[in-house]
Amino acid sequence: MNAAAVELRAAAKTYASGTQALLPVDLCVAPGEFLTLLGPSGCGKSTLLKMMAGLLAPSSGEVRVWGEAPALGPTSGGRTGSPGGAARRPLGFVFQEATLMPWASVCTNVRLPLDLAGVPHAEATPRVRAALQLVGLDAFEDSLPRELSGGMRMRASIARCLVTQPRLLLMDEPFGALDEITRYRLDSDLLALWQQQGLTVIFVTHSIHEAVFLSQRVLVMAARPGRVVDEIAIDEPYPRSADFRVSTAFARHAARLQDSLLSASAEQSRA
Amino acid sequence: MNERWQKVFWPAAVAVLLLALWQGLVVAFEVPVFLVPSPLRVWQALVEDGGLLFAALLNTLKITLLAFALAVVLGTAIAFAFVQSRVIETALFPYAVLLQVTPVVAIAPLIVIWVKDPTASLVVCAALVALFPVIANTTLGLRSVDPGLLAYFRLQGATRWQTLRRLRIPSALPYFFGGLRISSGLALIGAVVAEFVAGTGGTGTGLAYQILFAGYQLNIPRMFAALALIALAGVALFAVMAGLSRWALAGWHDSETAHE
Repeated sequence: MNAAAVELRAAAKTYASGTQALLPVDLCVAPGEFLTLLGPSGCGKSTLLKMMAGLLAPSSGEVRVWGEAPALGPTSGGRTGSPGGAARRPLGFVFQEATLMPWASVCTNVRLPLDLAGVPHAEATPRVRAALQLVGLDAFEDSLPRELSGGMRMRASIARCLVTQPRLLLMDEPFGALDEITRYRLDSDLLALWQQQGLTVIFVTHSIHEAVFLSQRVLVMAARPGRVVDEIAIDEPYPRSADFRVSTAFARHAARLQDSLLSASAEQSRA
Repeated sequence: MNERWQKVFWPAAVAVLLLALWQGLVVAFEVPVFLVPSPLRVWQALVEDGGLLFAALLNTLKITLLAFALAVVLGTAIAFAFVQSRVIETALFPYAVLLQVTPVVAIAPLIVIWVKDPTASLVVCAALVALFPVIANTTLGLRSVDPGLLAYFRLQGATRWQTLRRLRIPSALPYFFGGLRISSGLALIGAVVAEFVAGTGGTGTGLAYQILFAGYQLNIPRMFAALALIALAGVALFAVMAGLSRWALAGWHDSETAHE
């Protein structure tokens, strides 16, 4: 597989009202990369992510995921061979909210994408178990979402994504609503999953610290109009432990990201 | 458990208190029985005319349940049609409202003329009264889907049918049951009102007829007894609907989970 996981060529989004949500972006994400889109609200980071997921069409330019235009649904491209949905999905999307069905158990929620794709129960059940194990929820498969904490709900949501065995994980501020301590744990667990499963992750956040801790590369974005203003590599080895969060290297990277964000907004207020 | 016991105890205590007060006032002021009968006289009438009143109750309940079932089936079907397209809803919703605001008393004579079978005509009248809450609530419910979940279903390429069955219908259930509670009571009211207006046309008589007839005879205790039966039937219907809703939504919907 030598195709890029995601490739954008001058992809831009202008709404019918004339609002420029996103100026043209060129981007190439390598398979196995962990990329973060960092910026204030209104900078078009979610728009960018949704274009990659095929939830939004670019108004100009091109979006390629695994060499193909992203399309919705289980019948979309990237599904090679074997019937019954055993093949890996091209991409999975994790929302800001856990978006679980409140009436269904964790197990049923995680099985949902397989059910929608018509995967028989006998085949789906072990995959659901495995996905729940990956996120550490195997003891809670019969619980209802309301019985879980916010962090556990997010884990269930991630499990629902992993059960389709996506090669590319698109995450839209997934831990934004969680408390800081829970967020730290989920960050660490996500990194472990990423390495273990050989995923490509594109992660949206407005937290500088989360961006530094997780990513290999950070795209800094600015608002009005939404655009990419900087690209910063976080050249630190994995696995990254809690110690990394209090290291001088971490602080240096955080300072660079902060400078970049601040100068972008200063430029804008002068203009 | 204790809380549950209190939920029964306090209303029952109020009932006993009110009945005692009623009995006391009637006896103390020697109110004639053709104006206000005492609770004991009403109870006596209920026992004496038990067979008659019970048969009437069964008739009224039969009309109520048939009308309720008709309203639920029809109302749900209409709600499903409404959510299929905004055009259908926009075009037809005013007529649903029209149906709702037109008093059944005014249409009943027409329906009696059009529908030959007396039982069927009563059922139609009562169903018309009970229909609207089912339509309105079910439509609202089918539309009240978590936008995040809807986006997720779209992302997964779910078909319209899958989205309906796995997302819209479960999301609509709390609203649907809310509609059922209102509608069950209205079906009973509709059944009684329709019988008042339309009569029973010679078939088995319901409680409304008993009230009318007892009124002509100035048999006020029997009137009260029939009235009490209607009220009890309404409460029972409500309780059944509440139980059904609790059973269906137990554990996941905020309206039916314990408030700590």
